[in-house]
Amino acid sequence: MMRLPPFRFHAPETLEEAAAILADKGSDAMILAGGTDLLPNMKRGQHTPKHLLTLRRISSLRDVRNGSGLSIGAGLTLTQLLSNQTIRKDYTALWQAAKVVATPQLRNMATLGGNICLDTRCNFYDQSKEWRKAINYCLKKDGDTCWVATSSKTCLAVSSTDTAPALVALGARIRLVSSAGERVIRLEDFYNNDGLDYLNRRADEILSEVILEPVSGWKSTYWKLRRRGSFDFPVLAVAVAVKFTDDGTVEDARIVLGAVASMPMLSTDAAEFLIGKKIDDEVIRETGRIAAKIARPVNNTDLDPPWRKKVIPEFIRYALREVRGDDISSLRQRVAHQSRS
Amino acid sequence: MSSANGFSIVGKRRVRVDALSKITGQTQFADDIALPRMLFCKLLRSSLPHAEIESIDVSAARDYPGVQLILTGQDFPVEYGILPVSQDERPLCRDKVRFVGDPVAAVIAGDEQTADEALGLIEVHYRPLPTIATVQEALKPTEAPLQEYAEEGNIHRRLAYSFGDVDEALENADYVFDDTFFYEGNTHLAMEQHAAVAAADPDGRVTLWSSTQCPHYVHRALAKALEMPAAHIRVIACPNGGGFGGKTDPFNHEIVVARASMMLGRPVKICLTREEVFYCHRGRHPVSMRLRTGVTRDGKLTGMHLQTLLDGGAYGSYGIASTFYTVALAPTTYHLPRYSFQAGRVFTNKPPCGPKRGHGTPQPRFGQEIQLDKIAEKLEMDPAQFRLGIVEKPDRLTANYLKIGTIGLAECIERVVDKSGWKSKHRKLPAGKGVGIACGAYMSGAGTAIYWNKMPHSGVQIKLDRSGAVTVYCGTAEVGQGSDDVLVGLVAEVLGLEPIDIKCVTGDTDLTPVDLGSYSSRVTLMMGNAAIQAAERARALIAEALAERLETPVDHLEFAEGRVFNVADPTGGMSFREAVICAEEKHGTLVSVGSYTPPHKAGKYPGAGVGPSPTYSYSAAVVEVEVDSATGFIEISRVTIAHDVGRSLNPVLVEGQVIGGVYMGIGEALMEEHTTRRLAPKLSDALLHRNPSMLDYKSLTMHDMPEVQVEIVEHPDPNGPFGAKEAGQGPLLPIMPAIANAVYDAVGVRIDELPITPDKVLKALKLKAGGREARIGPKSFPQIDWPEPVFVLPPWEGGDGTASNKPERKRAAKMHAMDKVITP
Repeated sequence: MMRLPPFRFHAPETLEEAAAILADKGSDAMILAGGTDLLPNMKRGQHTPKHLLTLRRISSLRDVRNGSGLSIGAGLTLTQLLSNQTIRKDYTALWQAAKVVATPQLRNMATLGGNICLDTRCNFYDQSKEWRKAINYCLKKDGDTCWVATSSKTCLAVSSTDTAPALVALGARIRLVSSAGERVIRLEDFYNNDGLDYLNRRADEILSEVILEPVSGWKSTYWKLRRRGSFDFPVLAVAVAVKFTDDGTVEDARIVLGAVASMPMLSTDAAEFLIGKKIDDEVIRETGRIAAKIARPVNNTDLDPPWRKKVIPEFIRYALREVRGDDISSLRQRVAHQSRS
Repeated sequence: MSSANGFSIVGKRRVRVDALSKITGQTQFADDIALPRMLFCKLLRSSLPHAEIESIDVSAARDYPGVQLILTGQDFPVEYGILPVSQDERPLCRDKVRFVGDPVAAVIAGDEQTADEALGLIEVHYRPLPTIATVQEALKPTEAPLQEYAEEGNIHRRLAYSFGDVDEALENADYVFDDTFFYEGNTHLAMEQHAAVAAADPDGRVTLWSSTQCPHYVHRALAKALEMPAAHIRVIACPNGGGFGGKTDPFNHEIVVARASMMLGRPVKICLTREEVFYCHRGRHPVSMRLRTGVTRDGKLTGMHLQTLLDGGAYGSYGIASTFYTVALAPTTYHLPRYSFQAGRVFTNKPPCGPKRGHGTPQPRFGQEIQLDKIAEKLEMDPAQFRLGIVEKPDRLTANYLKIGTIGLAECIERVVDKSGWKSKHRKLPAGKGVGIACGAYMSGAGTAIYWNKMPHSGVQIKLDRSGAVTVYCGTAEVGQGSDDVLVGLVAEVLGLEPIDIKCVTGDTDLTPVDLGSYSSRVTLMMGNAAIQAAERARALIAEALAERLETPVDHLEFAEGRVFNVADPTGGMSFREAVICAEEKHGTLVSVGSYTPPHKAGKYPGAGVGPSPTYSYSAAVVEVEVDSATGFIEISRVTIAHDVGRSLNPVLVEGQVIGGVYMGIGEALMEEHTTRRLAPKLSDALLHRNPSMLDYKSLTMHDMPEVQVEIVEHPDPNGPFGAKEAGQGPLLPIMPAIANAVYDAVGVRIDELPITPDKVLKALKLKAGGREARIGPKSFPQIDWPEPVFVLPPWEGGDGTASNKPERKRAAKMHAMDKVITP
């Protein structure tokens, strides 16, 4: 059996208490939410925190509050999130994304906050310490070379969260709490396109909640490309949110690609192209082409990179067809191995 | 009372005898064993793919608190290996490491964590050696071969045989089809990771509990590697959480914990991590293939020349047998008047390959069944009808002297054609949807043991006493396939009891008679025949006593429903328990034995021992797919499969095995790849497993399974227990080619290599759209200097099974004439 390295365990009851511990321990501490990402990584020696701080006992982190939009506690498990009918109805992309994270058992443990903060992934990094020793480690952990692209100065590990692309498309903001105060930022600003330093999170900050705007006029969808319908990280995520006027013209749009870089990639070019147009087949075709330009799939995930590049525009088009209102559920089942709801 | 088939237990849908303990979590697997004062072992594995070990410094690890013992290669002077001709493994490497994952040292400590931490303190100094990653590299001449005993350079072994003049057969054919294929390697992925516990007793004996499919072979290997009498070693095969061939070799960790427990006088346990299981491997060989097949205009085969080349990884394992199996069974399905083959295996610096479900036969079957699909198209024949026209006849010898018994292949084809709606679907479904058909055959046990001997392959012992209790003993290993249920069911059938009345003790070398193990689909047939013989002998003992007591002729006695009675007076007689008392009074303590030895092989040529089986099982499958033309994704909509199991002893188990085979076959067809990775050569010599985890090594989950319709076909074979054949391996075989053929029917592209991934489909579709040959697959077969073939005349050309020449094996002889033909 693979064993966890030793650590000191902290189980604060309140957010303030948690923030105080973090302020004290700094980067020696890591936050444990559902543990589905962190604990396997610790067993593989990817992280060896001296202190582990669980958020499990802080019940306020599981609150969902209706206001002008919706506030979702970062500690809500994905299973709990999926049972929320407001999310299911109004924030379709998020619900669809949460539904295809890992497996039911993992979703029972995994939290929304944990999925947003998911460590970036790479075939050269998500391996045991012994395996990584055999390649003399890599840029992301204990080594000097990025084996994906040996000339690369930055780590190319892949952002593999399902919920983040959906949330960025939905214009979500997040609240970060520390003992020094709190800040609310747009989710896209939470990320860097650097597999090593992928989060703009200070070591003393806790992601406490996700804040969603009201949805009037918006429709959204999430498409995930992966090998198996049962259990896989995305090798491509497409999240599309479109606001329509009454006559079906695009008033606003946000198109986000996941798992094609070290952060969720927002295609402002595609959105600009789409705004003011009606979504006809030609517009869909062209939007797919434009949005796909921001993707740089490299050879560190499952499946063949040139193939992944080839299907990116197709998946963007599927998502656009779906927000337009086409019923392509059988296609969704066949290529994305998932039902619509 | 007897049912319609004349049996009371056989053929009945029954809950298997070990079901409840398994589903309630009470089955004790090897890792569940906890003994007082038990210690834990971890292995340090090589981080280099190929290197000489210059020194190992264990001093810091030895001083680490909690560490009890460190072992290195110096502690194991004797080599071992599953085949007598490939004794090339050591429990811990002494001079050289040959792949990333080869074990070099062991730490035994009070707990696993401590042992693991101490591993990090061992310093090994290596001198790196050049690495061999591919078959092409392995074929190049070398001064420093990976294994000294290889035939030439890194070529482990080459075989060449010709059963009749195949050149002539191809010349006389109306068409010759020449196709090349590649089948990627894959692994077993049994749910249970290998585990073992060893406990020395104070008298110097040792007991090993292990997740092994072959306790008898582990027993032999331990005796050799530990240099002690086998009689002082006890091996107990715990129920396995799946094996599929991955637990048929004796393993280094088993020998290490046995020695450690003897040195320390305390029990020692090891449970491998999933990653280590990938390094144990012994899985499906990657195989390159070329098939040249002659066919007449009216759809008869005239002859076939098959070439295979196996990437063996770093050690021998079962490799020579695997190599033979890639060629030996090809003629069992369809009548081949003449047949020749050339087969080779090379060593590479990768985890060793070995036997996986279907052992060596799925690869050529994949090639042959796709080629048949191409032939049928060329001849404008329905592929099912074409196959029906060439199916081998029962009770015949094949060109290579395999004795076919009953053969239900035609009925299998007819059943899947009927149940799948084949006739309304093939070449008739809308674009993107398609159906494919393919067939297969498999042995019901190998006719020869791993080591040459004249003793039985399986022994069964039955103990009865005045309590009425019946206990059956056999050396088989229950690996999840249901062998305990087969054993109990057969004895219950003969003695007229219910399965609940019978206990079984299996896989314990101290208590049970030898059975060679759960491999090569041999258990139902061999153990089954031995069990029937033992049970019939026990019944005879009881009947003899009863006949006297009841003053009835012996042959008037019936054993049924837990009673023994005169058939003329079913209400008379007595309970089984009373009958056993009667017999114990007459005979004294009661015991009976049965044993099974397979029939003699028909071939007398050197190498004829690989392939013969008491009987062969047959399968046919129709797979229906939907292919997405934008992504190349393949969705399996439905699988219809028929399997000739001879006689279905427990249909629930047969269906379970068939569906399990389908499941594994779909994984091999669509995604499984046991491959290695090399890094940028200027910066690194690393060569290691690409994805040794259950997340990244892609395999189907239950959730990804399509609907499977199972048709059980029964052509009872006189050599099988009540006619039964195997079901554990054969049903896998048709799945991969049926999927490839279905993809062709759906979108018109040929994917002649496995796995059939979406990128390959998309590439082929692009070729098709560009008007080019819509095929993905190897362009040629590697050039090899083959030895002169062993020449044997087929039975129908006056042959008697002997070779008419004695070619030298070691020296690379001149190229076989057929290789002068330029590869397409």
